[in-house]
Amino acid sequence: MKTVDARGCACPEPVMMTREAMNEDPSHIEVLVSETCAVENITRFASHFGYAIQSKPEGEDTRLILTK
Amino acid sequence: MKKHLPVILTGATIGVVALALVAFGNPANMGFCIACFLRDIAGSLKLQSAAPVQYFRPEIVGLLLGALVISLLKREFKPRGGSSPVTRFILGMVVVMGALVFLGCPLRMLLRLGGGDLNALVGLVGFAAGVGLGVLALNRGFSLKRAYAQTALEGAALPSLTAVLFLLTLIAPTLFAFSTDGPGAKHAAIWISLAGGLIVGGMAQRSRFCMAGGIRDGMIFKDFHLLWGSLSLLVVVVVGNLLMGKFKLGFADQPIAHTDGLWNFLGMALVGWGSVLLGGCPLRQTILAGEGNSDSAITLIGMVAGAAVSHNFGLASSASGATLNGKIAVGVGALILLAVTLINMNRKGANA
Repeated sequence: MKTVDARGCACPEPVMMTREAMNEDPSHIEVLVSETCAVENITRFASHFGYAIQSKPEGEDTRLILTK
Repeated sequence: MKKHLPVILTGATIGVVALALVAFGNPANMGFCIACFLRDIAGSLKLQSAAPVQYFRPEIVGLLLGALVISLLKREFKPRGGSSPVTRFILGMVVVMGALVFLGCPLRMLLRLGGGDLNALVGLVGFAAGVGLGVLALNRGFSLKRAYAQTALEGAALPSLTAVLFLLTLIAPTLFAFSTDGPGAKHAAIWISLAGGLIVGGMAQRSRFCMAGGIRDGMIFKDFHLLWGSLSLLVVVVVGNLLMGKFKLGFADQPIAHTDGLWNFLGMALVGWGSVLLGGCPLRQTILAGEGNSDSAITLIGMVAGAAVSHNFGLASSASGATLNGKIAVGVGALILLAVTLINMNRKGANA
């Protein structure tokens, strides 16, 4: 499992960081983001590659759990 | 297709509102232009003294407040900032200087293209090339570092200040400069402009509409989501102009444009490159500033400063073409973007 902290990163860095994590461990990635648009972008990107996506609020932020 | 619907609707709405604003009095192919409008605001605030381009454009007020109100309603108003603010200020200056050499931000570039202005096609190729340079930087780890939570005051400062200044232009107009001739004197009625800005600001907040993001995401991820918005905007504007008999295909004699191809290309290349480094085009920066992003707010203030410099020092083009000072500014701007790019290759785990 690989965890990515993309909080406070501008577009499109959260998606790029997620992609890099997918290259390291494609089966299970967790991404912590602070922006709704990052949640949307990562969800769109990950679902395109066949990931199941769970989203959990974590304080002011959101944890996205990507598995396949 | 369903997931693209919000951004397609936003593009179409921007197209309709832009056509309406021109019909109600805005300069031709200038229903919206973030660079030109910030330039006019700079003139109105007497930060630059070019008499034809001074007007406190209510569209900008509407964009900021529309994004602010909708983000508050949707609980997406998040004051945040601190991601290289001074660098962003300077990037904002460079982007607007490039835009004023071309004579339009990426949004007006599409509106010009939709009016048949083929100089904008040259600009679009330059813009895409500039976005490509930004993508190269991102792929090699470019980052302006993280933003952090800020106070509500920090997040709401720029939209509030803009609203107060706008009210002052209504209560005490003699404090401000207003063009009596030229593009600055051409505008729709204040409340129409404000309403147009509010509608577009709200919709762009919801859909994350961005001119640079579409090309960028297409290049990096083969994700064409945002491009659907630009495409729908272009289609609506072309059809609208054809229906109203305003579509005029060609290079020569286009409204508020010049035919200097090289500088149309290079000016917009600067805008594309700078926009990717900033994380979005001038419209997107305006919307983010409305959502409480103080990094985008400082970028907007940089754009106002850049617009003032452009007109005070003769960098902005006119219908007769780019100026010598403008050409030098594009060269200097490119060097600044190169330096910013090379110094900020710091994101961990990047591909290169």
